[in-house]
Amino acid sequence: MNWISTFLKSSIGKKLLMGLTGLFLCTFLIVHLSGNLQLLKHDGGLAFNTYAVFMTTNPLIKFVSYGLYAIILFHAFWGLYLVMENKKARPVQYASYNGNANSNWSSRWMGVLGTIILAFLILHMWNFWAQYKFGTTPYTQYERNLATGKVTFSPFTGEIAGKMEKFVDTERNVEITQVKDLYAIVADGFKAWWLVIIYVISMAALSFHLVHGFSSAFQTLGVNHKKYNALIKNIGVWLFGIIIPILFAIMPIYFLLLN
Amino acid sequence: MSNILDSKIPEGNLNEKWTKYKSSVHLVNPANKRSLEIIVVGSGLAGSAAAASLAEMGYKVKCFCFQDSPRRAHSIAAQGGINAAKNYQNDGDSTYRLFYDTIKGGDYRAREGNVHRLAEVSSSIIDQCVAQGVPFAREYGGLLSNRSFGGTQVQRTFYAAGQTGQQLLLGAYSALERQVGMGQVKMYSRHEMLDVVTIDGKARGIIARDLVTGQLERHFGHAVLLCSGGYGNVFYLSTNAMGSNVTAAWKAHKRGAYMANPCYTQIHPTCIPRSGDHQSKLTLMSESLRNDGRIWVPAKKEDAEALRNGTLRPTQIKEEDRDYYLERRYPAFGNLVPRDVASRAAKERCDAGFGVNSTGEAVYLDFFYNMTEKYGRTEATKKGIENPTAPQLKEFGAGVIKEKYGNLFDMYKQITGVDPYEEPMQIYPAVHYTMGGLWVDYNLMTTVPGLYALGEANFSDHGANRLGASALMQGLADGYFVIPYTIGDYLADEIRTKAISTDHPAFAATEKEVEDKIQKLLNIKGTKSVDHYHKRLGKIMWDECGMARNTEGLKSAIASIQQIKTEFWSNVRVPGEANEFNQELEKAGRVADFIELGELMCKDALERNESCGGHFREEYQTDEGEALRDDVNFAFVSAWENQEDGWKLHKEELKFENIKIAARSYK
Amino acid sequence: MKINLKVWRQKNNKAKGELKDYKVDHVSPDMSFLEMFDVLNEDLITKGDDPIAFDHDCREGICGSCSMHINGRPHGPLAGVTTCQLHMRSFKDGDTIVVEPWRAGAFPVNKDLSVDRSAFDRIIAAGGFISVNTGNAQDANNLPIGKEAADEAFMSAACIGCGACVAACKNASAMLFVSAKVSQLSLLPQGQPEAKMRVMAMVNQMDAEGFGSCTNTGACSAECPKGIDLSNIARMNREFFSANLTGK
Repeated sequence: MNWISTFLKSSIGKKLLMGLTGLFLCTFLIVHLSGNLQLLKHDGGLAFNTYAVFMTTNPLIKFVSYGLYAIILFHAFWGLYLVMENKKARPVQYASYNGNANSNWSSRWMGVLGTIILAFLILHMWNFWAQYKFGTTPYTQYERNLATGKVTFSPFTGEIAGKMEKFVDTERNVEITQVKDLYAIVADGFKAWWLVIIYVISMAALSFHLVHGFSSAFQTLGVNHKKYNALIKNIGVWLFGIIIPILFAIMPIYFLLLN
Repeated sequence: MSNILDSKIPEGNLNEKWTKYKSSVHLVNPANKRSLEIIVVGSGLAGSAAAASLAEMGYKVKCFCFQDSPRRAHSIAAQGGINAAKNYQNDGDSTYRLFYDTIKGGDYRAREGNVHRLAEVSSSIIDQCVAQGVPFAREYGGLLSNRSFGGTQVQRTFYAAGQTGQQLLLGAYSALERQVGMGQVKMYSRHEMLDVVTIDGKARGIIARDLVTGQLERHFGHAVLLCSGGYGNVFYLSTNAMGSNVTAAWKAHKRGAYMANPCYTQIHPTCIPRSGDHQSKLTLMSESLRNDGRIWVPAKKEDAEALRNGTLRPTQIKEEDRDYYLERRYPAFGNLVPRDVASRAAKERCDAGFGVNSTGEAVYLDFFYNMTEKYGRTEATKKGIENPTAPQLKEFGAGVIKEKYGNLFDMYKQITGVDPYEEPMQIYPAVHYTMGGLWVDYNLMTTVPGLYALGEANFSDHGANRLGASALMQGLADGYFVIPYTIGDYLADEIRTKAISTDHPAFAATEKEVEDKIQKLLNIKGTKSVDHYHKRLGKIMWDECGMARNTEGLKSAIASIQQIKTEFWSNVRVPGEANEFNQELEKAGRVADFIELGELMCKDALERNESCGGHFREEYQTDEGEALRDDVNFAFVSAWENQEDGWKLHKEELKFENIKIAARSYK
Repeated sequence: MKINLKVWRQKNNKAKGELKDYKVDHVSPDMSFLEMFDVLNEDLITKGDDPIAFDHDCREGICGSCSMHINGRPHGPLAGVTTCQLHMRSFKDGDTIVVEPWRAGAFPVNKDLSVDRSAFDRIIAAGGFISVNTGNAQDANNLPIGKEAADEAFMSAACIGCGACVAACKNASAMLFVSAKVSQLSLLPQGQPEAKMRVMAMVNQMDAEGFGSCTNTGACSAECPKGIDLSNIARMNREFFSANLTGK
């Protein structure tokens, strides 16, 4: 299997790893967004909290998530390594360099944009993942009226095994969910305006990173054809550069305004 | 010593000479090839092709070029195409026809044997290039496309857009680099050959200067091949690359190689005129433009004056005030007369005071008539417009012109800042190619044993005038298909010659001479730059030994050039040191050689009392101003031997056994 | 016109360089950029100074010698031209122009504005050819090649090897140059037999020369005087993957 290591040590092999991991992370963004969009549901966080429990307990998801962490770290540090390698290729810098004349700003600042995103991820994990896993997360009891579908909720102070218990109170005809309330942490966290600003800025960085990154990954994979280039470019710009970052950015703003 | 000028053309029928030669020439067995070293100077079509082919055969090759990469040789700039007698178009082409056209085009001043061989191998060149991956233009069916070029009656020119020279050179370059990668060729880029080393009368190596470090190097070779191109830059302004020079050939000449027909210079009629004294180089506009452009100057001197002052625009001059002088003088061929005729006619008008730009050296090439009347009207008819307006005609016609010549029009605008769709182009003739060069025999060997000259550096195939699309053919023929055979004839006798150490006294002595010359140049520390002398030389050459020559002018030119030589060697300023990257020093050495060559060119032109091809002597013309060739007295090659006290002329008689000599007429 | 220049001066590869100021008066808008340098050099020589070294040869945009980084861009402000095709009418009276050599570890400076681009030659020597000895070829028309493929191969083959792609790229990557040659030969049937060996050898040599890797900024193609397309790089990536996955 010597050829694999030789291949991956070549400049094209190195960037192939960036492209493949980048595209994988793009698909993760879609999953992450679709889950998080449940924050915007007017149910006091029932759907979101249920989703959070599913994502943290399902063995398959857990397995995938460790892979995800590894890939995020790999993508970030491999990228930084390549940036440094590439810097070495030009030991003496230009006194005058007009990059804007020949390329997009974002394509030349992928390393910086990526570093911002990495810093954001650390903050983001600290804010929510660490709090949820290691912090003192409150529990909430949701009661959903099975006849009307109306949901009410109140703090839950009792003890349950695990993160969630779900049962039906046939007498009152309600479905009761007692669950670890990540939603509350989110709602509480985004009361801080400065955190919201950091999140919004980070989403802007993500946007620029993906405007270049998405289509760049296809080019790296060798996918470049007149018929499909516009499609790839448009998905990169509209879906990953505009829609996804905006939807992500809406969440902190939503909670800030909610307060 | 007339036996020295034995052209060694094989006996026998013209058709069989080369075939017979190939089957009877001495061969070198593969084991011996490995111990034979060959030096190739120059990496253009001839040099790259020769170096690659010889290395493939097993010889040890060293290849030198002064550019930073072999791919930059000036062959790369050839636009038009390459001729080959393939007859793919079923239009009656044949080896004989290509041979005939080349001899006739050369105004009957080339050797039959060499030219026929060139026509014979032309076909293999195309095969070889296609196999190398040269992307020639093709038809939709996948077969090669041809066009007619330079007024020939058959379509035999293969091309790759307007960049044929580039594609052919890159093909030869890749073959060369392949051998470099295999270790069969050692490439020396940024190295300039500064002398030939001869031992016992045979060429045994060269002295080269590493242009980056300035160090002189000695290199041994059992044979030395000069593929160093032409010397058009003796005129200072030409379409040649800035670095193109005669130095390698001239050093060979100083070491005993004869210089043949140095006065035959091809001048191309459609170049962009110079815009002022700062001009460093001229740019060719494809000859195809003459198919649709009409050439004129104002009929009134005051209009020409106003154009030169910039107070009048050409479009303001009325039709009746224009002089379409080619159509007037040559009603049958009009604007399509051959290169030399068109060039001289432009010079005649400008000399008479009708030049149209600030330098007074430009005529108009006007597309307006054909754009509107020829193409505009046809397009309007196609669109069903019966009475098109003038703007409509122009719009439709401009579309057609754009399709045909778009890139040329863009290039013109880029260089001059004038939009040729709105105003006529300005053109003027410029030096383009030199048919003369080192005298070689059928084997391409010069008068120095073991010293060869290939491509534009030799004189052999184009006579007094070269046909369009034949330069590329000759360079590649010499490199790919001639020298690999003919060199065996010499090297077969050299297999017992062991590599000679570069400590040999001949190497030391030659290196010392080179070094002394460099020091001499550096130590003059005068007041004028190298370019100053080069420009003066160029002006004299252009005025007196250019499109038209006469006894008086040539005599005064020789005197002026001798004067320049004296001044150069007493007052030139070459800054910097010998042992460093020093571009002025490079130029100084080249210009010193150009000055000497210039004198010989004038001497050769003076000696040749006739007009033929690229050599027009004003004394020898018909009443209508046409060239008057003298086949009785001048059907020979002039080969000049360098001697202590000047040059000695040797003559090689040209025998035409297969072609009947006739006069050229374009009336 | 009067022009102010800031030009990189460096005596040789070992020496330290710096930007130096020069003034050129009497610049005509019709001059080419290099002719403006000729005038300046003439002036420097008469004054007894060392003229500025720069590479140039054909001065018509095809040999690929000229290589000036002008006001932050290879070959200056115009698209689709080399330095020698740039004319002073593209500048204004009184402009200050910064002129530097190509900057790349793989292109060491010889002197002033002249750099050593022999890395490109070594990449071609590694595999940028079709292995066919002189004299072995079949008749040229025995191998039909579709016009589209031939034209596309020609577009790739139009590369002049000037190195503007490396100069423009923020990573000093040579991918456009290498991929243009790989593309030309892989688009043609003649190039197929050794296609896999070729791309591997050329990429390995490119890496060994110390060029950076490609991050698809597109600067190379935008600055290429011959407009070599980015699709060449994608094609080389494909060729490289398939060569690695399925080659020996």
